[in-house]
Amino acid sequence: MNGPRGQCAISLTVNGEAKTIHAYPMERLLDVLRQQLKLTGTKEGCGEGECGACAVLIDGSLVNSCLVPVLQVEGTMVVTIEGLEQNSRLPKLQQVFLDCGGAQCGICTPGMILATHHLLARIPKPSPEEIREFLAGNLCRCTGYAQICEAVSKAAQPEVAR
Amino acid sequence: MRADPVEYELIAPGNLPEILTLLSKQPHEWLPIAGGTDVMVQYASGRLAQKKLVSLWNLPELRTIEIAEDEIRIGAGCTYTDLRQHEIVNREFPLLTTAARWTGSIANQNRGTLGGNIVNASPAADSLPALLVYEAELILASARGERRISYLDFHVGYKKTMLAPDELIHTVCLPRRFAGYFNYSRKVGARNAQAISKVCVAALGRLSKEIVEDVRIAIGSVAPIPLRLTESEAAVKRKRINDETIAEARKAAIAKIKPIDDIRSIAEYRSAVAGNLVVEILTALRESDRTA
Amino acid sequence: MNSEHIVGASVPRKEGWDKVTGRAQYIDDLSLPGMLYGATVRSRVPRGKIKKITFGPGIPWDEFVIVSAKDIAGKNCIALIADDQPCLADGVVNHPEEPILLLAHSNQHILPKAVEAVAIEYEPLPALFTIEESERLYNVIWGVDNTFKRYLVEKGDVDSVWKDADFIVEGEYTTGAQEQLYIENNGVIASFDPIGGLTLWGSLQCPYYVHKALIKLCGLPENKVRIVQTETGGAFGGKEEYPSMIGGHAALLAMKAGRPVKIIYDRMEDMVATTKRHPSRTRHRTAVSREGKILGGEIEFVVDGGAYTTLSPVVLSRGTIHAGGPYYWPSIRIRGKAMATNTPPHGAFRGFGAPQSLFAMERHMDRIAATVGLSPIEIRKRNFLKTGQTTATEQTIQEPIDLEKLLDRGLELSDYRAKKERFRGENQSATCKKGIGIAAFLHGSGFTGSGERYLASVVGVEGRADGRVRVLVSSTEFGQGTKTVLCQIAAETLGIRYEDVEIAQPDTDGVPNSGPTVASRTVMVVGKLVQSAAKGIAQTLITAGLLRDRYSPEEFRFACAQYVKRYSQLKCLVQYEAPPNIYWDDEKYRGEAYAAYSWAIYIAEVSVDLATYSVTVNDFVALQEVGKVLHPVLARGQITGGVAQGIGYTLYEKVIWQNGRMQNGQMTNYIMPTSADLPAIRVYFEELGNVHGAFGAKGIGELPMDGPAPAIVNAIEDALGMPFNSIPLLPEDIFLTLSAHVPPKECRLPQGVR
Repeated sequence: MNGPRGQCAISLTVNGEAKTIHAYPMERLLDVLRQQLKLTGTKEGCGEGECGACAVLIDGSLVNSCLVPVLQVEGTMVVTIEGLEQNSRLPKLQQVFLDCGGAQCGICTPGMILATHHLLARIPKPSPEEIREFLAGNLCRCTGYAQICEAVSKAAQPEVAR
Repeated sequence: MRADPVEYELIAPGNLPEILTLLSKQPHEWLPIAGGTDVMVQYASGRLAQKKLVSLWNLPELRTIEIAEDEIRIGAGCTYTDLRQHEIVNREFPLLTTAARWTGSIANQNRGTLGGNIVNASPAADSLPALLVYEAELILASARGERRISYLDFHVGYKKTMLAPDELIHTVCLPRRFAGYFNYSRKVGARNAQAISKVCVAALGRLSKEIVEDVRIAIGSVAPIPLRLTESEAAVKRKRINDETIAEARKAAIAKIKPIDDIRSIAEYRSAVAGNLVVEILTALRESDRTA
Repeated sequence: MNSEHIVGASVPRKEGWDKVTGRAQYIDDLSLPGMLYGATVRSRVPRGKIKKITFGPGIPWDEFVIVSAKDIAGKNCIALIADDQPCLADGVVNHPEEPILLLAHSNQHILPKAVEAVAIEYEPLPALFTIEESERLYNVIWGVDNTFKRYLVEKGDVDSVWKDADFIVEGEYTTGAQEQLYIENNGVIASFDPIGGLTLWGSLQCPYYVHKALIKLCGLPENKVRIVQTETGGAFGGKEEYPSMIGGHAALLAMKAGRPVKIIYDRMEDMVATTKRHPSRTRHRTAVSREGKILGGEIEFVVDGGAYTTLSPVVLSRGTIHAGGPYYWPSIRIRGKAMATNTPPHGAFRGFGAPQSLFAMERHMDRIAATVGLSPIEIRKRNFLKTGQTTATEQTIQEPIDLEKLLDRGLELSDYRAKKERFRGENQSATCKKGIGIAAFLHGSGFTGSGERYLASVVGVEGRADGRVRVLVSSTEFGQGTKTVLCQIAAETLGIRYEDVEIAQPDTDGVPNSGPTVASRTVMVVGKLVQSAAKGIAQTLITAGLLRDRYSPEEFRFACAQYVKRYSQLKCLVQYEAPPNIYWDDEKYRGEAYAAYSWAIYIAEVSVDLATYSVTVNDFVALQEVGKVLHPVLARGQITGGVAQGIGYTLYEKVIWQNGRMQNGQMTNYIMPTSADLPAIRVYFEELGNVHGAFGAKGIGELPMDGPAPAIVNAIEDALGMPFNSIPLLPEDIFLTLSAHVPPKECRLPQGVR
């Protein structure tokens, strides 16, 4: 698994599919997802873990993929925005985002939706303060967060499935 | 992204003994990387001089929290989220879990580790003042064995620590004697989340019949290392908290700290705020006794 | 479906599904076969002559494509208003980060090292970094007197008001640079082949601006340059003119390499090298009567344009025209000027000069109030423009706007009076002082004066073979809802379903030039043209006998399909015509400056923590009159987003300069607000309608940028009892003022004023 200087083989699950990636161990997970696996839904906004546009789930945990060396995802389950969709019907969370105006230019949206998914999995009915705290790692320049926070509140209602 | 991955090597032996052997055989060669929230930022900006890295991420030996009768032992590989989610850490060491909540974002808390925060030794690191007031002890591990030191001695200068080139922080030990203490912490940054602190304080105290039995105040971002404000503590210890002792404590704090001008703030501001927070701490400590 | 409910309803965003599923393709998600990556070698000095360029060791230079000014086939400039900005520096540099060389290679990872390895020796020349240094003319760095542009607006006899004034109130107000900070960095891909010509895809606002710039730069005919806008992750003006520069770079590399070239900036390069909001300095001198009526006054409004002209004349124009705010000035003299400095040129950013001059006006109104002894409410009510009165450029306000009533509504919504009273009492002993502040303002929609006539926008609507309709505009979507609203307008006009209308990707090969997507003009001006063009195709079908005057959506669809089958094309193009009663004198800067104004009252409640000197905005009421709200969710989103940027502009976002270069070019140290920093922003609309705009709409996109700064700083003064006249206002600034008890900065009289 860990050879001499050069690429290595990394086995993991991405969006439910088993994959073996050949990459330099210090390639960023963000770049491997986008360039090798062509999963371009995860975005680069800052390259320093500040904007959250690159957020993915690793074993259910929200992380900034621009800060993860790909070697460290060996044996893990990675979920990107592409993996949140079920069948071809828009999951309720994304529909609510759309209805509330939570997406304007859309570049922060994949990370924002993953952060929301991560929040609601831990706190099914978050308070407005909890919503703002949990989303504070995802910067949005378009919305002022107002309609995003409303979308999250609405998505947390019991009749909305996750 | 300004680094070329081809030039870097990263290995993950997956167990501590092998890593310690590597560090002892090739000291200075290998940079340990845990969650990467500090190292990867340097890397991406093209400023990571060290080309060989060894991963500490998710090592079972380092990512445990043990509860003993008189202390808790937090593995250096525990993330901020691990700390925030632990019931006893939350209950008995709220200064530490508050610091964990302040650090970066949720995503960065899921990767950043306590050991990484300590070893990176930024004077602005959020958890360090809490460790100073809790009088943490560190277990340092190497192929030569283990040693246990007081955290109070760990930082020797700006980004310089007592860690030997072949050593890792293994465990952070916190004595379980602060339950029931008054606690206070505050971080002053450019915004409410994801901010590097301009001033950061943590404090514990206990009063008995309005006399200060114990008080500990620590502060970050105002000197090359995080500081215990021992002179300020002395100004109120075994005394009443009143305008006079508060003024003395504040004066002592301002005299002790060495804030600088940098990209985030100016020395004068940091100094004033540090003084204000000392006043706030002691005022709140006094109030806590009255409301008890 | 009842077509009455399309405009005015919050229909689904046209491209929304792609955005929430991660399918939307931004420029960095795209690549072409054989593509190279490009990078830019930039100046490290603010001003100097280039003496020597050395390509350092350790880099396989023969593998690189290298482009310099000598490789430019056309004219070495980024064509905009003037041609003074080079695409690549040729022997001399005038600002830090000025582009000098371009490199391309197939391995993107080798480029940063290669850029570092290019060593450039300069003979430094003395440089200027501030408005004051530029004005003093110790060095001339541009033109004859460092001045890109001047304007003079005069109304009435200003010189005669001073003798009758009971009060003469002076003030100086300054604003800093602000980075647009779109979350998607600038990026383009260029591809060239000698027969087909040049194609450029990119994150941009104005495809035809880029088109105009590249035909000149590359020396290519108009029909051999094609610009395509890809999904754009935020722009705010930062991608209005800048894409011509990055696009020009990619084009030059692609032409030399014979392969496609992608250039994507990383965050630091984007922050330090591209445009920002113009810093400004405004000086007021106002004659006021005992009753608090403005008798007249002088305003000097100055912006720092950076090293080259770029858009400074237009930013200056808008700031100058807005400098008097929503007030009646019996006489006024406004002098505007844009100065050159050796910093990266400043550019378009939402508001475009108005946030700067309106900050000054609204701070000055509170100062006038305090001087005269009236409340901030009363001073405004006594001076608000009324229907039938004229503005500083002598434009008569035709519409029935009632600003006093609007202010009253704002005061009620914000609970202003009760809070002000309560805070006064609580502040006596509180360690957290609270305050509440008002800003009243206006924002002109569309291009100034004869601008729209000059643009002569063209819009198309076509019927498709399947009976659906397609809108053809060069107006771009970058989050504000262009696609959605223009399709709503077309659908409503035609009486067909929203789902049956689509909009073409802005591609200069496929869409006409409907003008740039700027100046809050898209819904109002372009939307109106969409209405006309839509009516045009309906009329064509009716005239062809395929459709009756009244029809159902299904009948339309059928008729449309029939027509296209029969005649192969169903298309209507319309061109902008200026309304007959719009008069503007470009020389005297007088007349109808804008076809419509939106009006607003913003009220901010703040608390200032005296332990840390930091300010929190606790409540924000944004009340505006915007004609007609065509899409409630989108409209609200524009306001909350603009207010958030305004809060950032006031309290958080500071560019730290050193020798003309931004030092804090990272998201970790250029601070924009997170969700944890902002209050719930409360948004309210009034609708008067607008005869010139589609379905009565006026511009909305930039308006919310004008109000937050003065409302917040007015609130901080209310909380602390001390005036602050400069933004950004950081805790450190508040601390220094409080601890030194520095008195308000006194205005220095502009030259020539008694």
